[in-house]
Amino acid sequence: MSGTMTISLKVWRQRDSDSEGRFVDYVLSDVSPDMSFLEMLDLLNLELVRKGDDAIAFDHDCREGICGTCSLYINGRAHGPLKGVTACQLHMRTFHDGESITVEPWRAKPFPIIKDLVVDRSAFDRIMAAGGFVSVHTGGAPDANTILIAKETAEEAMDAAACIGCGACVAACKNGSAMLFVAAKVSQLALLPQGQAERKARVEAMLAQMDAEGFGACSNTYACEAECPKQISVSHIARLNREYLRAKLA
Amino acid sequence: MGKETSLITSSVGQKLLMALSGFFLCSFLLLHLTINLFLFGRDGGATFDTYAEFMATYPLIRPLEIVLFAGFLLHAFVGTVLWVANRRARPVRYAVTKPGETSTLASRVAFITGAFVFVFLVVHVNTFFVTSRFFPTGATMFHMVRDAFRNPWYDAFYIAALGFLGYHLKHGFASAFQTLGLRNTRYENLIDAVSVIFWLLIPVCFAAIPLYFLWLS
Ligand code: FES
Repeated sequence: MSGTMTISLKVWRQRDSDSEGRFVDYVLSDVSPDMSFLEMLDLLNLELVRKGDDAIAFDHDCREGICGTCSLYINGRAHGPLKGVTACQLHMRTFHDGESITVEPWRAKPFPIIKDLVVDRSAFDRIMAAGGFVSVHTGGAPDANTILIAKETAEEAMDAAACIGCGACVAACKNGSAMLFVAAKVSQLALLPQGQAERKARVEAMLAQMDAEGFGACSNTYACEAECPKQISVSHIARLNREYLRAKLA
Repeated sequence: MGKETSLITSSVGQKLLMALSGFFLCSFLLLHLTINLFLFGRDGGATFDTYAEFMATYPLIRPLEIVLFAGFLLHAFVGTVLWVANRRARPVRYAVTKPGETSTLASRVAFITGAFVFVFLVVHVNTFFVTSRFFPTGATMFHMVRDAFRNPWYDAFYIAALGFLGYHLKHGFASAFQTLGLRNTRYENLIDAVSVIFWLLIPVCFAAIPLYFLWLS
Protein backbone atom coordinates (compact mmCIF):
# COMPACT_ATOMS: atom_id res chain seq x y z
CA MET A 1 0.00 0.00 0.00
CA SER A 2 1.48 3.34 -0.92
CA GLY A 3 1.18 6.47 1.16
CA THR A 4 0.67 4.66 4.43
CA MET A 5 2.44 5.50 7.67
CA THR A 6 4.16 3.53 10.36
CA ILE A 7 3.84 4.85 13.89
CA SER A 8 5.13 3.89 17.30
CA LEU A 9 2.62 4.01 20.10
CA LYS A 10 3.06 4.11 23.84
CA VAL A 11 -0.32 3.25 25.29
CA TRP A 12 -1.42 3.18 28.92
CA ARG A 13 -2.69 -0.31 29.75
CA GLN A 14 -4.47 -1.00 33.00
CA ARG A 15 -6.52 -4.12 33.66
CA ASP A 16 -9.05 -2.48 36.00
CA SER A 17 -9.38 0.33 38.52
CA ASP A 18 -7.56 -1.62 41.22
CA SER A 19 -4.60 -2.80 39.16
CA GLU A 20 -1.34 -1.01 38.54
CA GLY A 21 -1.11 0.37 35.04
CA ARG A 22 1.88 0.70 32.73
CA PHE A 23 2.82 1.88 29.28
CA VAL A 24 3.05 -0.72 26.50
CA ASP A 25 4.86 0.00 23.24
CA TYR A 26 3.35 -0.94 19.90
CA VAL A 27 4.50 -0.38 16.34
CA LEU A 28 1.70 -0.12 13.81
CA SER A 29 2.22 -0.06 10.05
CA ASP A 30 -0.20 0.42 7.16
CA VAL A 31 -1.82 3.38 8.86
CA SER A 32 -3.69 5.49 6.33
CA PRO A 33 -3.28 9.25 6.80
CA ASP A 34 -7.04 9.53 6.29
CA MET A 35 -7.86 7.38 9.29
CA SER A 36 -9.12 9.05 12.40
CA PHE A 37 -7.14 8.50 15.56
CA LEU A 38 -9.79 6.08 16.78
CA GLU A 39 -9.76 4.14 13.50
CA MET A 40 -6.02 3.79 13.95
CA LEU A 41 -6.68 2.32 17.40
CA ASP A 42 -9.29 0.00 15.82
CA LEU A 43 -6.61 -1.22 13.43
CA LEU A 44 -4.23 -1.83 16.31
CA ASN A 45 -6.94 -3.67 18.23
CA LEU A 46 -7.63 -5.88 15.22
CA GLU A 47 -3.99 -6.89 15.24
CA LEU A 48 -3.99 -7.46 18.99
CA VAL A 49 -7.11 -9.61 18.84
CA ARG A 50 -5.67 -11.63 15.95
CA LYS A 51 -2.65 -12.32 18.09
CA GLY A 52 -4.89 -13.35 20.96
CA ASP A 53 -4.09 -10.25 23.02
CA ASP A 54 -6.54 -8.13 24.93
CA ALA A 55 -7.84 -5.20 22.87
CA ILE A 56 -7.12 -1.69 24.15
CA ALA A 57 -10.22 -0.27 25.80
CA PHE A 58 -11.05 3.30 24.79
CA ASP A 59 -14.25 5.30 24.87
CA HIS A 60 -16.10 6.34 21.73
CA ASP A 61 -19.61 6.70 20.44
CA CYS A 62 -20.58 9.18 17.74
CA ARG A 63 -17.14 9.52 16.16
CA GLU A 64 -18.23 12.83 14.72
CA GLY A 65 -17.23 15.19 17.48
CA ILE A 66 -20.61 15.75 19.08
CA CYS A 67 -21.10 13.27 21.90
CA GLY A 68 -18.06 13.92 24.07
CA THR A 69 -17.36 10.26 24.71
CA CYS A 70 -13.86 9.99 23.26
CA SER A 71 -11.28 11.02 25.81
CA LEU A 72 -7.63 10.52 24.94
CA TYR A 73 -4.63 12.43 26.17
CA ILE A 74 -2.42 12.32 23.07
CA ASN A 75 1.20 13.46 23.17
CA GLY A 76 0.60 15.62 26.22
CA ARG A 77 -2.60 17.29 25.01
CA ALA A 78 -6.25 16.52 25.66
CA HIS A 79 -7.73 15.26 22.34
CA GLY A 80 -4.31 15.67 20.71
CA PRO A 81 -2.47 18.54 19.09
CA LEU A 82 -5.24 20.26 17.10
CA LYS A 83 -7.39 23.11 18.37
CA GLY A 84 -11.14 22.66 18.65
CA VAL A 85 -11.09 19.00 17.69
CA THR A 86 -12.09 15.82 19.54
CA ALA A 87 -9.88 12.72 19.35
CA CYS A 88 -12.40 11.06 17.02
CA GLN A 89 -12.07 13.94 14.57
CA LEU A 90 -8.29 13.96 14.71
CA HIS A 91 -6.76 12.41 11.61
CA MET A 92 -3.53 10.53 11.29
CA ARG A 93 -2.33 13.02 8.69
CA THR A 94 -1.74 15.36 11.62
CA PHE A 95 1.20 13.12 12.56
CA HIS A 96 4.20 12.26 10.48
CA ASP A 97 5.43 8.90 9.32
CA GLY A 98 7.52 7.24 12.02
CA GLU A 99 6.24 9.51 14.79
CA SER A 100 5.97 8.12 18.29
CA ILE A 101 2.70 8.93 20.04
CA THR A 102 1.96 8.61 23.74
CA VAL A 103 -1.67 7.90 24.60
CA GLU A 104 -2.88 8.31 28.17
CA PRO A 105 -6.28 8.38 29.84
CA TRP A 106 -7.69 11.58 31.41
CA ARG A 107 -5.94 11.82 34.75
CA ALA A 108 -7.92 13.22 37.67
CA LYS A 109 -8.96 11.77 40.99
CA PRO A 110 -12.69 12.23 40.26
CA PHE A 111 -12.20 10.34 36.93
CA PRO A 112 -10.98 6.90 38.07
CA ILE A 113 -9.69 4.57 35.37
CA ILE A 114 -12.06 1.72 34.55
CA LYS A 115 -9.75 -0.01 32.07
CA ASP A 116 -6.85 1.13 29.89
CA LEU A 117 -7.90 4.49 28.44
CA VAL A 118 -11.49 4.45 29.71
CA VAL A 119 -12.25 6.63 32.71
CA ASP A 120 -15.41 6.92 34.77
CA ARG A 121 -16.85 10.38 34.17
CA SER A 122 -20.04 9.88 36.14
CA ALA A 123 -18.87 12.71 38.41
CA PHE A 124 -20.06 15.01 35.60
CA ASP A 125 -23.44 13.28 35.58
CA ARG A 126 -23.77 13.84 39.32
CA ILE A 127 -22.93 17.53 38.90
CA MET A 128 -25.64 17.75 36.22
CA ALA A 129 -28.08 15.86 38.43
CA ALA A 130 -27.38 18.35 41.22
CA GLY A 131 -28.64 21.33 39.24
CA GLY A 132 -27.94 21.28 35.51
CA PHE A 133 -31.60 21.29 34.54
CA VAL A 134 -34.80 23.30 34.67
CA SER A 135 -37.45 21.72 36.90
CA VAL A 136 -39.99 24.52 37.03
CA HIS A 137 -42.88 24.37 34.60
CA THR A 138 -41.99 26.48 31.59
CA GLY A 139 -45.07 25.59 29.55
CA GLY A 140 -45.23 24.30 26.01
CA ALA A 141 -43.18 25.65 23.14
CA PRO A 142 -44.17 29.34 22.90
CA ASP A 143 -44.93 31.09 19.66
CA ALA A 144 -41.94 32.67 18.01
CA ASN A 145 -41.00 36.08 19.42
CA THR A 146 -43.26 35.88 22.45
CA ILE A 147 -40.18 35.63 24.68
CA LEU A 148 -37.66 38.13 23.41
CA ILE A 149 -34.00 37.32 23.85
CA ALA A 150 -31.29 39.57 22.49
CA LYS A 151 -29.34 37.96 19.69
CA GLU A 152 -26.02 38.34 21.56
CA THR A 153 -27.47 36.68 24.66
CA ALA A 154 -28.87 33.80 22.65
CA GLU A 155 -25.50 33.39 20.91
CA GLU A 156 -23.66 33.36 24.19
CA ALA A 157 -26.02 30.81 25.71
CA MET A 158 -25.54 28.72 22.58
CA ASP A 159 -21.75 28.95 22.89
CA ALA A 160 -22.01 27.60 26.44
CA ALA A 161 -24.48 24.93 25.34
CA ALA A 162 -21.88 23.65 22.87
CA CYS A 163 -20.14 21.90 25.79
CA ILE A 164 -20.23 18.16 25.13
CA GLY A 165 -19.07 17.24 28.64
CA CYS A 166 -16.03 15.32 27.43
CA GLY A 167 -13.86 16.34 30.39
CA ALA A 168 -10.93 17.71 28.36
CA CYS A 169 -10.99 20.79 30.63
CA VAL A 170 -10.40 18.59 33.67
CA ALA A 171 -7.76 16.59 31.83
CA ALA A 172 -5.88 19.70 30.71
CA CYS A 173 -6.06 21.63 33.97
CA LYS A 174 -3.07 21.23 36.26
CA ASN A 175 -5.55 21.18 39.15
CA GLY A 176 -7.97 18.73 37.58
CA SER A 177 -10.59 21.46 37.87
CA ALA A 178 -14.04 21.09 36.35
CA MET A 179 -14.75 24.82 36.37
CA LEU A 180 -15.08 25.23 32.60
CA PHE A 181 -17.61 22.40 32.43
CA VAL A 182 -19.66 23.70 35.36
CA ALA A 183 -19.32 27.26 34.06
CA ALA A 184 -20.69 26.27 30.65
CA LYS A 185 -23.72 24.58 32.19
CA VAL A 186 -24.45 27.34 34.73
CA SER A 187 -23.85 30.07 32.16
CA GLN A 188 -26.14 28.56 29.55
CA LEU A 189 -29.11 28.47 31.90
CA ALA A 190 -28.31 31.76 33.67
CA LEU A 191 -28.53 33.54 30.30
CA LEU A 192 -31.93 32.18 29.32
CA PRO A 193 -35.36 33.06 30.74
CA GLN A 194 -36.17 29.43 31.56
CA GLY A 195 -33.17 29.24 33.88
CA GLN A 196 -34.05 32.24 36.04
CA ALA A 197 -36.30 30.64 38.65
CA GLU A 198 -33.59 28.29 39.91
CA ARG A 199 -30.62 30.50 39.12
CA LYS A 200 -29.24 30.85 42.64
CA ALA A 201 -29.97 27.31 43.79
CA ARG A 202 -28.41 25.91 40.62
CA VAL A 203 -25.00 27.52 40.98
CA GLU A 204 -24.85 26.58 44.65
CA ALA A 205 -25.85 22.97 44.08
CA MET A 206 -23.60 22.37 41.08
CA LEU A 207 -20.57 23.91 42.79
CA ALA A 208 -21.23 21.93 45.97
CA GLN A 209 -21.30 18.73 43.94
CA MET A 210 -18.18 19.75 42.01
CA ASP A 211 -16.29 20.17 45.28
CA ALA A 212 -17.72 16.96 46.73
CA GLU A 213 -16.41 15.02 43.74
CA GLY A 214 -12.87 16.19 44.50
CA PHE A 215 -12.15 18.38 41.45
CA GLY A 216 -9.49 21.04 42.02
CA ALA A 217 -10.08 24.79 42.19
CA CYS A 218 -9.61 27.14 39.26
CA SER A 219 -6.18 28.83 39.20
CA ASN A 220 -7.13 30.86 36.12
CA THR A 221 -4.34 29.34 34.05
CA TYR A 222 -6.85 29.08 31.18
CA ALA A 223 -5.36 25.78 29.98
CA CYS A 224 -8.91 24.45 29.66
CA GLU A 225 -9.93 26.99 27.04
CA ALA A 226 -7.07 25.94 24.77
CA GLU A 227 -7.95 22.25 24.99
CA CYS A 228 -11.75 22.45 24.88
CA PRO A 229 -12.87 20.85 21.60
CA LYS A 230 -15.82 23.24 21.54
CA GLN A 231 -13.62 26.22 22.42
CA ILE A 232 -15.76 27.30 25.34
CA SER A 233 -14.40 30.63 26.59
CA VAL A 234 -13.15 31.15 30.14
CA SER A 235 -15.41 34.22 30.23
CA HIS A 236 -18.06 31.69 31.23
CA ILE A 237 -15.96 30.96 34.32
CA ALA A 238 -16.05 34.67 35.15
CA ARG A 239 -19.83 34.48 34.79
CA LEU A 240 -19.95 31.42 37.06
CA ASN A 241 -17.98 33.38 39.67
CA ARG A 242 -20.43 36.27 39.28
CA GLU A 243 -23.38 33.91 39.60
CA TYR A 244 -21.88 32.49 42.78
CA LEU A 245 -21.31 35.94 44.30
CA ARG A 246 -24.85 36.88 43.31
CA ALA A 247 -26.24 33.75 44.97
CA LYS A 248 -24.27 34.42 48.13
CA LEU A 249 -24.70 38.17 48.45
CA ALA A 250 -27.82 39.23 46.60
CA MET B 1 -31.21 21.65 44.16
CA GLY B 2 -30.89 21.73 47.91
CA LYS B 3 -27.15 21.69 48.31
CA GLU B 4 -25.40 24.79 49.55
CA THR B 5 -21.78 25.76 49.74
CA SER B 6 -19.89 27.77 52.30
CA LEU B 7 -17.89 30.81 51.28
CA ILE B 8 -15.06 29.66 53.52
CA THR B 9 -14.74 26.03 52.47
CA SER B 10 -15.95 25.93 48.86
CA SER B 11 -13.30 26.13 46.17
CA VAL B 12 -14.87 29.20 44.55
CA GLY B 13 -15.30 30.84 47.97
CA GLN B 14 -11.65 30.25 48.76
CA LYS B 15 -10.64 31.72 45.44
CA LEU B 16 -12.72 34.80 46.30
CA LEU B 17 -10.81 35.09 49.57
CA MET B 18 -7.56 34.89 47.60
CA ALA B 19 -8.69 37.60 45.21
CA LEU B 20 -9.93 39.98 47.88
CA SER B 21 -6.92 39.52 50.17
CA GLY B 22 -4.67 39.83 47.10
CA PHE B 23 -6.21 43.19 46.17
CA PHE B 24 -5.85 44.34 49.76
CA LEU B 25 -2.16 43.43 49.75
CA CYS B 26 -1.72 45.22 46.40
CA SER B 27 -3.18 48.38 47.92
CA PHE B 28 -0.64 48.11 50.74
CA LEU B 29 2.16 47.66 48.21
CA LEU B 30 1.15 50.95 46.60
CA LEU B 31 1.16 52.75 49.95
CA HIS B 32 4.49 51.20 50.91
CA LEU B 33 6.08 52.32 47.66
CA THR B 34 4.69 55.84 47.98
CA ILE B 35 6.40 56.24 51.34
CA ASN B 36 9.59 54.56 50.13
CA LEU B 37 9.90 57.03 47.27
CA PHE B 38 10.76 59.67 49.91
CA LEU B 39 14.03 57.79 50.36
CA PHE B 40 15.12 59.47 47.13
CA GLY B 41 14.53 62.91 48.65
CA ARG B 42 17.62 65.07 49.01
CA ASP B 43 16.88 65.83 52.64
CA GLY B 44 18.96 63.15 54.35
CA GLY B 45 15.84 61.08 54.91
CA ALA B 46 13.98 63.73 56.95
CA THR B 47 10.62 63.34 55.16
CA PHE B 48 10.93 59.58 55.05
CA ASP B 49 11.65 59.47 58.76
CA THR B 50 8.66 61.68 59.49
CA TYR B 51 6.42 59.14 57.75
CA ALA B 52 8.19 56.24 59.45
CA GLU B 53 7.70 57.95 62.79
CA PHE B 54 4.04 58.55 62.01
CA MET B 55 3.53 54.90 61.04
CA ALA B 56 5.27 53.75 64.20
CA THR B 57 3.47 56.00 66.65
CA TYR B 58 0.04 57.02 65.34
CA PRO B 59 -2.51 54.96 67.34
CA LEU B 60 -4.84 54.23 64.41
CA ILE B 61 -2.02 52.45 62.56
CA ARG B 62 -1.90 49.63 65.17
CA PRO B 63 -5.22 48.00 64.23
CA LEU B 64 -4.38 48.48 60.54
CA GLU B 65 -1.10 46.66 61.07
CA ILE B 66 -2.97 43.74 62.59
CA VAL B 67 -5.41 43.70 59.66
CA LEU B 68 -2.46 43.77 57.28
CA PHE B 69 -0.73 40.84 58.96
CA ALA B 70 -4.02 38.95 59.03
CA GLY B 71 -4.41 39.66 55.31
CA PHE B 72 -0.96 38.27 54.58
CA LEU B 73 -1.51 35.18 56.67
CA LEU B 74 -4.96 34.58 55.18
CA HIS B 75 -3.61 34.88 51.63
CA ALA B 76 -0.72 32.51 52.38
CA PHE B 77 -2.85 30.05 54.33
CA VAL B 78 -5.77 29.80 51.89
CA GLY B 79 -3.29 29.67 49.00
CA THR B 80 -1.62 26.67 50.60
CA VAL B 81 -4.93 24.96 51.33
CA LEU B 82 -5.92 25.37 47.67
CA TRP B 83 -2.54 24.20 46.43
CA VAL B 84 -2.76 21.01 48.48
CA ALA B 85 -6.34 20.34 47.34
CA ASN B 86 -5.41 21.03 43.72
CA ARG B 87 -2.52 18.59 43.82
CA ARG B 88 -4.76 15.95 45.38
CA ALA B 89 -7.11 16.25 42.42
CA ARG B 90 -4.42 14.69 40.20
CA PRO B 91 -2.67 11.96 42.20
CA VAL B 92 -1.24 10.27 39.08
CA ARG B 93 0.66 12.66 36.80
CA TYR B 94 0.83 12.46 33.03
CA ALA B 95 3.93 10.93 31.48
CA VAL B 96 3.85 13.55 28.72
CA THR B 97 2.14 16.87 29.15
CA LYS B 98 2.32 20.09 27.20
CA PRO B 99 0.64 23.17 28.56
CA GLY B 100 -1.87 24.80 26.25
CA GLU B 101 -0.85 28.02 24.57
CA THR B 102 -3.33 30.12 26.51
CA SER B 103 -1.88 29.23 29.89
CA THR B 104 1.10 31.25 31.07
CA LEU B 105 4.03 30.01 33.12
CA ALA B 106 3.33 32.75 35.70
CA SER B 107 -0.13 31.27 36.28
CA ARG B 108 1.19 27.76 36.73
CA VAL B 109 3.91 28.67 39.23
CA ALA B 110 1.96 31.21 41.29
CA PHE B 111 2.19 29.08 44.40
CA ILE B 112 5.97 28.72 44.10
CA THR B 113 6.56 32.44 43.46
CA GLY B 114 4.22 33.15 46.38
CA ALA B 115 6.23 30.85 48.64
CA PHE B 116 9.45 32.73 47.78
CA VAL B 117 7.74 36.04 48.50
CA PHE B 118 6.60 34.66 51.85
CA VAL B 119 10.17 33.70 52.83
CA PHE B 120 11.34 37.14 51.75
CA LEU B 121 8.66 38.82 53.84
CA VAL B 122 9.74 36.98 56.97
CA VAL B 123 13.30 38.28 56.50
CA HIS B 124 12.14 41.73 55.40
CA VAL B 125 9.75 42.26 58.31
CA ASN B 126 12.47 41.10 60.67
CA THR B 127 15.10 43.44 59.22
CA PHE B 128 13.04 46.60 59.43
CA PHE B 129 9.75 46.28 61.26
CA VAL B 130 10.66 43.95 64.12
CA THR B 131 14.01 45.62 64.76
CA SER B 132 12.66 49.16 64.79
CA ARG B 133 9.54 48.32 66.78
CA PHE B 134 10.80 45.87 69.37
CA PHE B 135 14.59 46.19 69.48
CA PRO B 136 15.27 49.84 68.67
CA THR B 137 18.94 50.64 68.22
CA GLY B 138 18.42 54.37 68.15
CA ALA B 139 19.07 54.49 64.40
CA THR B 140 16.42 56.25 62.34
CA MET B 141 14.51 54.22 59.76
CA PHE B 142 16.38 56.02 57.00
CA HIS B 143 19.71 54.95 58.45
CA MET B 144 18.51 51.39 58.90
CA VAL B 145 17.46 51.25 55.27
CA ARG B 146 20.67 52.85 54.08
CA ASP B 147 22.85 50.48 56.09
CA ALA B 148 20.93 47.39 55.05
CA PHE B 149 21.10 48.31 51.37
CA ARG B 150 24.86 48.96 51.50
CA ASN B 151 25.25 45.21 51.69
CA PRO B 152 25.23 43.94 48.10
CA TRP B 153 24.18 40.44 49.19
CA TYR B 154 21.10 41.82 50.89
CA ASP B 155 20.39 43.86 47.78
CA ALA B 156 20.68 40.82 45.55
CA PHE B 157 18.26 38.94 47.80
CA TYR B 158 15.90 41.92 47.87
CA ILE B 159 15.88 42.35 44.10
CA ALA B 160 15.47 38.63 43.46
CA ALA B 161 12.48 38.63 45.83
CA LEU B 162 10.98 41.55 43.90
CA GLY B 163 11.41 39.50 40.75
CA PHE B 164 9.34 36.74 42.33
CA LEU B 165 6.79 39.26 43.57
CA GLY B 166 6.48 40.77 40.09
CA TYR B 167 6.02 37.34 38.53
CA HIS B 168 3.50 36.43 41.21
CA LEU B 169 1.50 39.58 40.44
CA LYS B 170 1.81 39.07 36.69
CA HIS B 171 -0.66 36.26 37.21
CA GLY B 172 -2.32 37.28 40.46
CA PHE B 173 -3.52 40.78 39.74
CA ALA B 174 -5.38 40.05 36.51
CA SER B 175 -6.48 36.66 37.80
CA ALA B 176 -8.25 38.25 40.77
CA PHE B 177 -10.55 40.10 38.37
CA GLN B 178 -11.50 36.81 36.74
CA THR B 179 -12.22 35.28 40.15
CA LEU B 180 -14.42 38.21 41.09
CA GLY B 181 -16.27 37.75 37.81
CA LEU B 182 -15.14 41.14 36.52
CA ARG B 183 -13.03 39.99 33.61
CA ASN B 184 -14.71 39.96 30.24
CA THR B 185 -13.75 40.98 26.74
CA ARG B 186 -14.78 44.58 27.30
CA TYR B 187 -12.44 45.18 30.25
CA GLU B 188 -9.71 42.67 29.40
CA ASN B 189 -7.29 45.21 27.90
CA LEU B 190 -7.84 47.73 30.68
CA ILE B 191 -7.21 45.08 33.35
CA ASP B 192 -4.05 43.93 31.58
CA ALA B 193 -2.81 47.53 31.34
CA VAL B 194 -3.36 48.24 35.04
CA SER B 195 -1.80 44.88 35.79
CA VAL B 196 1.49 46.09 34.25
CA ILE B 197 1.65 48.82 36.90
CA PHE B 198 1.50 46.20 39.61
CA TRP B 199 3.68 43.46 38.24
CA LEU B 200 6.31 45.57 36.50
CA LEU B 201 6.33 49.22 37.50
CA ILE B 202 5.97 48.82 41.25
CA PRO B 203 8.61 46.07 41.64
CA VAL B 204 11.02 48.05 39.42
CA CYS B 205 10.54 51.17 41.58
CA PHE B 206 11.17 49.12 44.72
CA ALA B 207 14.27 47.57 43.16
CA ALA B 208 15.64 51.02 42.34
CA ILE B 209 15.96 51.79 46.06
CA PRO B 210 18.77 49.34 46.99
CA LEU B 211 20.56 50.17 43.75
CA TYR B 212 20.38 53.86 44.65
CA PHE B 213 21.92 53.28 48.09
CA LEU B 214 24.56 50.99 46.66
CA TRP B 215 25.47 53.67 44.15
CA LEU B 216 25.58 56.36 46.86
CA SER B 217 27.89 54.38 49.14
S1 FES C 1 -16.74 9.88 19.87
FE1 FES C 1 -18.30 11.37 20.06
S2 FES C 1 -17.13 13.19 20.29
FE2 FES C 1 -15.61 11.73 19.88
